[in-house]
Amino acid sequence: MKPEEIIQRRVALELKPNTLVNLGIGLPTGVARYIDPAAGILFESENGIVGLAAKPPEGMDDPELTDAGGNTVSAIPGAATIDSAVSFGLIRGGHLEATVLGALQVDEEGMLANWVVPGKMVPGMGGAMDLVTGARRVIVAMNHTAKGAPKIVPKCTLPLTSIRRVSLIVTDMAVIEPTDAGLVLRERAPGVTLEQIVAATTAKLVVEGEVPEMKLGVGGA
Amino acid sequence: MKPHLKPEDAVNLIPDGASLMIGGFMGVGSPHRLLDALAASGKRNFTVIANDTARPGYAIGKLIRAGAVSRLIASHIGLNPETQKGMIAGEIDVELVPQGTLVERIRAGGYGLGGVLTKTGLGTIAAEGQRTIDIDGEQWVLASPLKADFALIAADQADYIGNLQYQLTATNFNPIMAMAAETVIAESREILPVGMIPPDIVKTPGVIVDYLIERAA
Repeated sequence: MKPEEIIQRRVALELKPNTLVNLGIGLPTGVARYIDPAAGILFESENGIVGLAAKPPEGMDDPELTDAGGNTVSAIPGAATIDSAVSFGLIRGGHLEATVLGALQVDEEGMLANWVVPGKMVPGMGGAMDLVTGARRVIVAMNHTAKGAPKIVPKCTLPLTSIRRVSLIVTDMAVIEPTDAGLVLRERAPGVTLEQIVAATTAKLVVEGEVPEMKLGVGGA
Repeated sequence: MKPHLKPEDAVNLIPDGASLMIGGFMGVGSPHRLLDALAASGKRNFTVIANDTARPGYAIGKLIRAGAVSRLIASHIGLNPETQKGMIAGEIDVELVPQGTLVERIRAGGYGLGGVLTKTGLGTIAAEGQRTIDIDGEQWVLASPLKADFALIAADQADYIGNLQYQLTATNFNPIMAMAAETVIAESREILPVGMIPPDIVKTPGVIVDYLIERAA
């Protein structure tokens, strides 16, 4: 299984039936593939849609039905399209159950940096700051390291996205929960050892007894 | 009836150096014919307030490529390297604002509010230089109102008196911006006789729309 598939399948298990969820562009978008369609999870996109679904078959796109990356998508029956003020009202107002997004760094306090590398990459924060500040749960979905360099660090050196602690970190190696006691190692990816995880993480990890192997969603394709 | 203008004639209303709110999200729901005419007009030194600058040479990206933008207030420029280049070269003064804060600043401008309090950006570099307000021990960032000389917006349907309705994700910032500018120019996919758009469907009342762009030839 590819690293991103491990992450996507594990994140899919975190999403609760009949809730509103925002998936970031890129790796998080793929989480939708591993969701049970009967679970009634509604996906929204901050450009203004509740009830977002996958890209339609070739030739059936509507150029005015897009996700936050500007890619054409489809909508489920019962979808609602909304203006940007309503969209961010949903996000900030406590109506969004979970946001799943990538990270450049996450630190021992569960702080997230994911929008800028000063002097190198200045894309702007888009909706990330609102999502991380406003969603009831913030799930970071990312590769454990970037070109071998650890991304889970003692203290973020990049500018933070929010001063709100993220809820869960899911990587291709581990599931980690930021808590008052620090970063608790909850699960290992299949075939990955505790030592490998520790070696790929510069932040201090809290290990409470046996760390089980992560369960992965079986649905989807 | 609201005046109907060709895109080139609408552009003549806009002076160099004007502030422009421009609807759209990655070009979806942007007034493309108006932007084409504006980019071709040679006018410049605009302040643009918009969610993003789309892609190079597309939608607002056309104004960037034409060198017409000297100041930009936006939430995301990551998909337009030409904007980033202009920023690094010091040709475009870019202010990046969290998307939800940007739309609320525009809403505050158009709705007669003195600002909006938000948690977004609190304690980050996005809140630098802004006031943080303590209310009963809780900290909030004060987001100041934004207004503009012109709103250039796109709609799906208009009627002859300027009532507008929008389609799907092309709605985005358009109805909010329509409230926050001195002069509102709306480009609509079609223009219908008065009464054809049911009142409940009208999202922007025609009373705030100043000009419509003529139907495409």
